[in-house]
Amino acid sequence: MSDLTRLTAVDIAKRISDGDVSAEEVTRAHLDRIAAVDGKVHAFLHVDADGAIAAAQAVDARRARGDELGPLAGVPVAVKDVLTTKNVPTTAGSKILEGWRPPYDSTVVERLRDAGTVILGKTNMDEFAMGSSTEYSAYGPTNNPWDLGRIPGGSGGGSAAAIAAYEAPLAIGTDTGGSIRQPGAVTGTVGSKPTYGGTSRYGLIAFSSSLDTPGPCARTVLDAALLHEVMAGHDWRDSTSIPQPVPPVVEAAKRGMTGDLTGVKLGLVTEFGTGEGAEPGVLAAFNDALAALTKLGAEIVEVSAPHFQYALPAYYLIAPSECSSNLARFDGVRYGLRVGDDGNRSLEEVMSLTREAGFGPEVKRRIMLGTYALSSGYYDAYYGQAQKVRTLITQDFNQAFEQVDVLVSPTTPFVAFPFGSRTSDPYQMYLADLFTIPTNLYGGPGISVPCGLSDGLPVGFQIMAPTMADDRMYRVAAALESAVGTLTPPSLEG
Amino acid sequence: MTTTTLPDYDAAVAAFEPVIGLETHVELGTNTKMFCGCPTDFGGEPNTRVCPVCLGLPGALPVANKAAIEATIRIGLALNCSIATWCRFARKNYFYPDMPKNFQISQYDEPLCVDGYLDVEVDGRTVRIGIERVHLEEDTGKTLHVGGATGRIHGATESLVDYNRAGIPLVEIVTKPVPGAGALAPEIARAYVTELRDILRGLGVSDVRMEEGSLRCDVNTSLNRPGEEWGTRTETKNVNSLRSVERAVRSEIIRQAAVLESGGRIIQETRHFSEETGDTRPGRSKEEATDYRYFPEPDLVPLAPDPQWVEELRAALPEAPRVHRKRLQEAWGLSDLDMRSVVNAGAVELIEQTVAAGATAAAARKWWLGELARRANEDGIELSAVGATPAQVAELQTLVDGGKLNDKLARVVLEGVIAGEGSPTAVMEARGLAVVSDTGALTAAVDEAIAANPDVAAKVRDGKVAAAGALVGAVMKTTKGQADAKTVRELILERLGAN
Ligand SMILES: [Zn+2]
Repeated sequence: MSDLTRLTAVDIAKRISDGDVSAEEVTRAHLDRIAAVDGKVHAFLHVDADGAIAAAQAVDARRARGDELGPLAGVPVAVKDVLTTKNVPTTAGSKILEGWRPPYDSTVVERLRDAGTVILGKTNMDEFAMGSSTEYSAYGPTNNPWDLGRIPGGSGGGSAAAIAAYEAPLAIGTDTGGSIRQPGAVTGTVGSKPTYGGTSRYGLIAFSSSLDTPGPCARTVLDAALLHEVMAGHDWRDSTSIPQPVPPVVEAAKRGMTGDLTGVKLGLVTEFGTGEGAEPGVLAAFNDALAALTKLGAEIVEVSAPHFQYALPAYYLIAPSECSSNLARFDGVRYGLRVGDDGNRSLEEVMSLTREAGFGPEVKRRIMLGTYALSSGYYDAYYGQAQKVRTLITQDFNQAFEQVDVLVSPTTPFVAFPFGSRTSDPYQMYLADLFTIPTNLYGGPGISVPCGLSDGLPVGFQIMAPTMADDRMYRVAAALESAVGTLTPPSLEG
Repeated sequence: MTTTTLPDYDAAVAAFEPVIGLETHVELGTNTKMFCGCPTDFGGEPNTRVCPVCLGLPGALPVANKAAIEATIRIGLALNCSIATWCRFARKNYFYPDMPKNFQISQYDEPLCVDGYLDVEVDGRTVRIGIERVHLEEDTGKTLHVGGATGRIHGATESLVDYNRAGIPLVEIVTKPVPGAGALAPEIARAYVTELRDILRGLGVSDVRMEEGSLRCDVNTSLNRPGEEWGTRTETKNVNSLRSVERAVRSEIIRQAAVLESGGRIIQETRHFSEETGDTRPGRSKEEATDYRYFPEPDLVPLAPDPQWVEELRAALPEAPRVHRKRLQEAWGLSDLDMRSVVNAGAVELIEQTVAAGATAAAARKWWLGELARRANEDGIELSAVGATPAQVAELQTLVDGGKLNDKLARVVLEGVIAGEGSPTAVMEARGLAVVSDTGALTAAVDEAIAANPDVAAKVRDGKVAAAGALVGAVMKTTKGQADAKTVRELILERLGAN
């Protein structure tokens, strides 16, 4: 039998469905792989072996009864630790939630369970999803399987690394400014951010409510599309969830896999080419991919998005503002860490000590930034102005999509960087999301798909589509994948 | 131990012009909370009516309650407000342990209803109170401080929080400042809250119980000398009854006048009204105003009530209490003055229900403004809390009209009803208070009285009918008042051949 951990989700599901292998065998193979390599990678914060095996056995029992199985039944999946899992520890990468076991499942997790997928455990992340390297996880960073001395991207570095290291065929991430796509790019995997409101945020521990979007991570575009269909769709528990059918992403991925993009217009954002831009190796791989897409029949059109240059500053006002309010609830009163409650200190002191001890430096930085941006007298100049920029960026997207079907860019300006190289200067870290943030401000979907290597490290190709036209980007992504192939990292053994 | 001499009220309002404003919070009587499916009914063990949403657990999200939005729009319409065609919820950020998320979902610069008014009558004069806004928000939990002497957080050894109330829909109704009230300011404030309460009750959106906190009132008061700009205002909280609204304004006017007369200045602050002392005490100072960092709630979509739906709600509004009262006044045939005394006694609804239960308006009014008002006054309670229901009063009157009780007996029966002994009929029977109508027994009592008072009987036989009163008295005495005096009299005259 070939190594079960190297299979795609599609193949695993088919083998289980055909009875070639049991779901339990698949799950045990992945648990073994985690035991073998996660000491080096540190993709997981919590492995729920018992829960995973029980879920796998349930799938096997259903198959034995002759029940019809869904397209991903029995396929293992890793879940970013920012989504609540009933009775399974959920920390959001923070000390302040250490030991917290939520009394409820997030909607995404509930849908994964309903689909018969097997949840292996919870993956590492930058604390409260704030970061681009997992260096801000309170539990230590995740190491990139391509080079263990480099970052796996962030905030969802754990989910991307778990897939790249064959610890799981699928994973769930959340994308606020690029936290699915940038880790996907630097680990050579596929990371997709659906349309905001296309996937439910219920049970997603909020960083920035108007931007946070759960989405799939996988090693192939089709696998990502299958996971997308399972997790997406309207949820009445999330008021911002869109009451419309899920775009036909699986069908679109299959269509793209035929390698025909005749008549598809790809938009190249002029402004992305100016200013700080992407490093040469990234640009080279990106341009090679563009050439490959042209060969498949796609047409390249240059479009202008004049307000994209303000996306980064607008994002760093909106996201911290919302986070300063969202994170106010972590005060030691009801759950999680409590520090200094010695019977003498006042409530205010205990709250203060708890937050001081429980939050890391990046989280504190953003809470302060957001508190300032929302304060009376500054609101209009900062938060209010940022919202106007957001409207203008949305206009840029709408105008661009009148001319082209999708927009394309490198996912992130640089390949995986060494640990510690950007933590001393927050701005250098923030630049990692330069190309991904506009999509979040607009609310549309974006996907990162591997397009080659630069100095032996993966480069990601980003495709952005109009809201609720997620299928378009899957088609182009699958076509690109058919042209350039998938990437295989060096072996972690030995 | 304050040494400042307070001026009397008349002197205060002679020297200064008060400006008042009222902020009223109403807990809506919806079945479920504002943003989750938890039940809202009162009581229940602490922290049993909670879920991830109203506990603000990480990841939980709010979903707005449509019934609460509908109720708020109906309140806005009843207060002659414009209803927003598009508005948003906002987060009000501040740290307090009874607020699970450390922010309250409220409305800020985009309230659901704006710019209305409410007319109230005071002393025969109609005063129009401007309504600034009506908005919707969520209630907080309740904190209980244990171990301290004051029940306040300072000195407490332990603080317990109950989140059962957290997330109950709360409507805030804010008036525009009311200038020109003069000496009537306290009465206008009371009349406003009374009228508002009646409107809310008529709409059926809340049980509007001030004592239980489902209707809460904050009173803003400032004073200025005639011709000068409005003064610094204070906000008085903990005003838990209609009577307290009036007293709070009155005492704050006297206090501020004393400060200003002695050359001091008024500090913008929150003050607490004390039911016991009838005055206000300083609370949290607002000199350093809290910055709530309001911003639009990103977890909720904007509210855009369909104008057609709003019009349907408008068309279905119940009659306004003022209009309703006018109609009742005509039906009951009361003068303006009589009607005002009914209103002031808080008896409109009670009389209306008593009439609905079968009594005449005159009889209902007689009981509620007479015996029952006297009892309520003695006990220092609202008339509606006196212990007799309109149905019981109607039943009592039926017994009187049927000759089973006379007025004196009826009052005794009413006492039994108030004491909780049961319905009027039950009390009458249990206490054996019915009028003696068995003519056999009555004839015997009459004969006995005639035999015992031969002189009086002779006078009556001689045509001195007025003398029969003494015999009637004797019969009433032997029957312990349980006879109908008129019947007794007729019987006596018949036995003595005098009619
Ligand atoms: Zn609840």
